[in-house]
Amino acid sequence: MKKYILDFRVSENVQLHDNYALLKLTPADGCPLPEMLPGQFVEVRVDRSPSTFLRRPISINFVDYPHNELWLLIRKAGEGTRTLCGLQAGEILNLVLPLGNTFTLPESAQERILLVGGGVGIAPMLYWGKYLKGKGYTPRFLLGFRSDKDLLQYDQFRQFGEVYVSTEDGSLGEKGFVTQHSILNEPFDRLYVCGPKPMMVAVARYARERQLFCEVSLENTMACGVGACLCCVEDTVEGHVCVCKEGPIFNIEKLKWQI
Amino acid sequence: MADLNVNIGVLSLKNPVMTASGTFGYGEEFADFIDLSRLGGIIVKGTTLHHREGNPYPRMAETPSGMLNAVGLQNKGVDYFIEHIYPRIKEIDTYFLVNVSGASVEDYVATAEKIAALDRIPAIELNISCPNVKEGGMAFGTSCQSAASVVRAVRAAYPKTLIVKLSPNVTDITEIARAVEAEGADAVSLINTLLGMAIDAQRRRPVLSTVTGGLSGACVKPIALRMVWQTYHAVKIPIVGLGGIMNATDAIEFLLAGASAIEVGTANFIDPQISEKIVDGINEYLEKNHIASVKELIGGLML
Repeated sequence: MKKYILDFRVSENVQLHDNYALLKLTPADGCPLPEMLPGQFVEVRVDRSPSTFLRRPISINFVDYPHNELWLLIRKAGEGTRTLCGLQAGEILNLVLPLGNTFTLPESAQERILLVGGGVGIAPMLYWGKYLKGKGYTPRFLLGFRSDKDLLQYDQFRQFGEVYVSTEDGSLGEKGFVTQHSILNEPFDRLYVCGPKPMMVAVARYARERQLFCEVSLENTMACGVGACLCCVEDTVEGHVCVCKEGPIFNIEKLKWQI
Repeated sequence: MADLNVNIGVLSLKNPVMTASGTFGYGEEFADFIDLSRLGGIIVKGTTLHHREGNPYPRMAETPSGMLNAVGLQNKGVDYFIEHIYPRIKEIDTYFLVNVSGASVEDYVATAEKIAALDRIPAIELNISCPNVKEGGMAFGTSCQSAASVVRAVRAAYPKTLIVKLSPNVTDITEIARAVEAEGADAVSLINTLLGMAIDAQRRRPVLSTVTGGLSGACVKPIALRMVWQTYHAVKIPIVGLGGIMNATDAIEFLLAGASAIEVGTANFIDPQISEKIVDGINEYLEKNHIASVKELIGGLML
């Protein structure tokens, strides 16, 4: 899939409480958005942030082709992402995209699919859910947050399937981690997961015990985003592979996690 | 269009802009962004005799104006390169140079001999300066004696253009440059990364799995420029300058300090089109200043 380096204009910056911003972007020159697949990411250049040297890899949250709009959900994790969260409508952002691989499509529309997201890890699941629904599948979503204050994009997810929520403090949905949610008592065929590593490890263990198909979206510290610098490697049964190029989506059977 | 041609020994580059090993993959990774044939050369990933998995993750730490890496020469070995990579890249109309590393003198020689047989690879860059491997690497490049011994052995086995990449992690880089020149190196490239470290204060632990790593990026440019300038006055062979080149002006500064060609490294991560922009930028500088040939800039620093 061809990769591009393009300027985008911030059409809207939606502040989602203190720690997150949803940037809605359109190509600055008005050209149509290139093809992007669920699970892929972009590398964003951060200007006006003196201590930020490298681009920031950000998941594609949603692609709205009718409105020619790309959405990026960004959590304030450091100075770079804080600068991105503070962008104003009209400002220009330089992106390299689309990068990485995509999720594996289920073989049949009858498969029972659960998309699991934790915190900012919900980001790739929105576009994946939309994509699945568009292809005739019936995705369901399990979203985990620390508390009700951290809930993100609930209404957007509901457009594409049933949504289940767990919060660590019990302020919304079921109390506990996503792996403790009662929806997991139901049978599933496939799980797709993105979130903090302990969460992904726990869901992967659950999937492995039941011999379920499970893909996870990894986020390792990276520089180039195209497989050149070999900084973002993950240890797999095939050796060290780049998360930016061979990932970020991995089947758990390939990972050498201790699960 | 000004004359951008430069020479490294018998090697004639269409322009002085090459991409640095370890920052540009095998070139293919950047083919969507730039016209690779517009580059003077592409120095491919550090290649060793045998497959290397490299160091454990985490391998990278960002610093203000730079980054630390601890990749540790991950590559699939020279035979894999010859069988799988070379057939794909050999039709691209630029020079491909292979950066060669090893754990022993014998490794360097055996790898260089295999590369010598490839028609479309006119030169190797001998890496005696990688800070991220326990055996070989920088250990060869930090004493005149060991640097000389590996260059002597490779020189005897490798008939094409031999560029030796020097480490800045030494007391006097000019001594090492003189030592490898005396053993028949056709050129030296400098600098490799500077040994550094990053600490996660919250966890009270080093950021990198290897504790220390190689510092690159804009922050190293003044050191690299100084070393290129010093080495220019110490040796007669051409110098390939690198270290923190982020734009055409940086590249021109290296040429003025004495470099005959330059390598663009970490900047490729921030702007995948930067190497081609630097070619254009050097040409613009020459035309604007009515300079007919880029060769007129080499060593043109006025004191």
